[in-house]
Amino acid sequence: MAALSLSLSNVGPIYRRELRSYFNSPVAYVVIVVFLAIVGWYFSSNLFLINTASMRVVFELVPLVFLFFVPAVTMRLLAEEKKSGTLELLTTKPVRDAEIVLGKFLAAWSLLAATLAPTLVYLITLMFLGSPDLGPVIAGYIGLLLTGGVYIAIGIFASGLTENQIVAFLVGLLIVLALFLADKVLIYMPSVIAPTIEYMGIDYHFGSIARGVIDSRDIIYFGSVMGFALMLATASLERRKW
Amino acid sequence: MSIAVRNLVKNYGDTAAINDISFDVKTGEILGFLGPNGAGKTTTMKIITCYMPPTSGTVEVDGLDTAAASLEVRRKIGYLPEMNPLYLDMNVIDYLEYSAQLHALRGGAMQHRIKEMVHVCGLEGVRHKDIGELSKGYRQRVGLAQSMIHDPEVLIMDEPTSGLDPNQIAEIRALIRQLGRAKTVILSTHILSEVQATCDRVLIIHEGKIVADGTPAQLQHDFQGADTITLELKTGGADPLGAVAPKIRSAGAVTGVTLLAQGDGHSTFEVHADKGTDIREALFRVAVAEGWVVLEMHRRVTTLEEVFHKLTTA
Repeated sequence: MAALSLSLSNVGPIYRRELRSYFNSPVAYVVIVVFLAIVGWYFSSNLFLINTASMRVVFELVPLVFLFFVPAVTMRLLAEEKKSGTLELLTTKPVRDAEIVLGKFLAAWSLLAATLAPTLVYLITLMFLGSPDLGPVIAGYIGLLLTGGVYIAIGIFASGLTENQIVAFLVGLLIVLALFLADKVLIYMPSVIAPTIEYMGIDYHFGSIARGVIDSRDIIYFGSVMGFALMLATASLERRKW
Repeated sequence: MSIAVRNLVKNYGDTAAINDISFDVKTGEILGFLGPNGAGKTTTMKIITCYMPPTSGTVEVDGLDTAAASLEVRRKIGYLPEMNPLYLDMNVIDYLEYSAQLHALRGGAMQHRIKEMVHVCGLEGVRHKDIGELSKGYRQRVGLAQSMIHDPEVLIMDEPTSGLDPNQIAEIRALIRQLGRAKTVILSTHILSEVQATCDRVLIIHEGKIVADGTPAQLQHDFQGADTITLELKTGGADPLGAVAPKIRSAGAVTGVTLLAQGDGHSTFEVHADKGTDIREALFRVAVAEGWVVLEMHRRVTTLEEVFHKLTTA
């Protein structure tokens, strides 16, 4: 399969263009500010209520915010280029479809990391107020990045299905919502398939990482879902060839 | 850098967009694709540029198959798609840099090529403007510049002058001729004078099939109907219908004479003759013998428009 041989020198320009396009428009700033406002308000209003030096509230809220935030960030990645016709130009350059998808994926992931970075201020605040346990915090951030990565890969796939960004957003939201809710509907499931459904649930794996345990089973889960969604996204580009 | 297209078929669902097309383009040739909208021009170009594969048939660019060596082929081709899609939020220089990098150009070599394309395409004044702010003519120049940024040996342009005003068309056409001098070029258009002005060879496509292939002059010759000559004579007192027309009729292969206008000792005739016979000399001799003055003599040639019309409305 073509996806196996990728050239970073092709991914690079696509990554840089996409990242620049995020930060050249007000979209990135608006999204970041809204994200920080929601998380900041939630963090500060709970801090003195719980009265413990813990980032737990952040790790509870952010995956929820990501459900809407990530599809909004990824919806334009392929849909916009499909609509304007630049995708035809891009795919007739000597670049593999998988390189296009990977460049866009990494750009969105970088934006996500840039959005999360300011929340480290909360951690510094906590360190003044008490002594938070750093292990779960680091693990929590790794978990957030992995969860976000999975959402982004799914979002790009959704964006590759249509030229309509709203449709891309809704499809993306629907899929990540299904992954998020999978381990929360177990009581309605027959007991035979319940463990499988639970394993599919992204929050189940995020939860176990956020407790401070980085288990290879969770890493394999995140890696394989991300990889699978990126392969589907590449296939959605190649759909023109069918 | 030659292009060989063999038995190309492309079906969209049940409808055939192109149906068994074969042709060759020789190195250095400028080939014009003519055809009504929906004839299969764009589809053929999309297949050659590796945007999509054919249902059956093959395309080879410089001996490389578009299916087996897609990346290699794409390196050799510069492509200007229909409607000239561009990233409107990028400025000209950034966009050219991006295009160059996708063709694996870096550093000094890249800067050199960008500078050259900016110069050749006349983009100096707008280099730091966003593409979205540019006029259609400038956008077309940017599109041309990106398609040539890696100095490709093959240039494929889908309606490069559509939507431009006559001055811009003339500019872009001159640019294509200048840039395409050492390249193999395929361009599609529905402006027939463009083909005459820029192309060495014409392919007329209709309903997914090639209906004509040759130089513009060849096609005009092949589809030439009966010869028609407009003749204006100063005959003094001679009666145009009674005296002049019979004399004209006596000149060689004339099949018919019609009087178009007369007055003040002048008369204008339309003279029809057998296809391919040039009777102008015979007409001149008749006039001289009769002491008439030839004020105007014009042989009407079938235009490419007529050829096109004849082939694509049948």
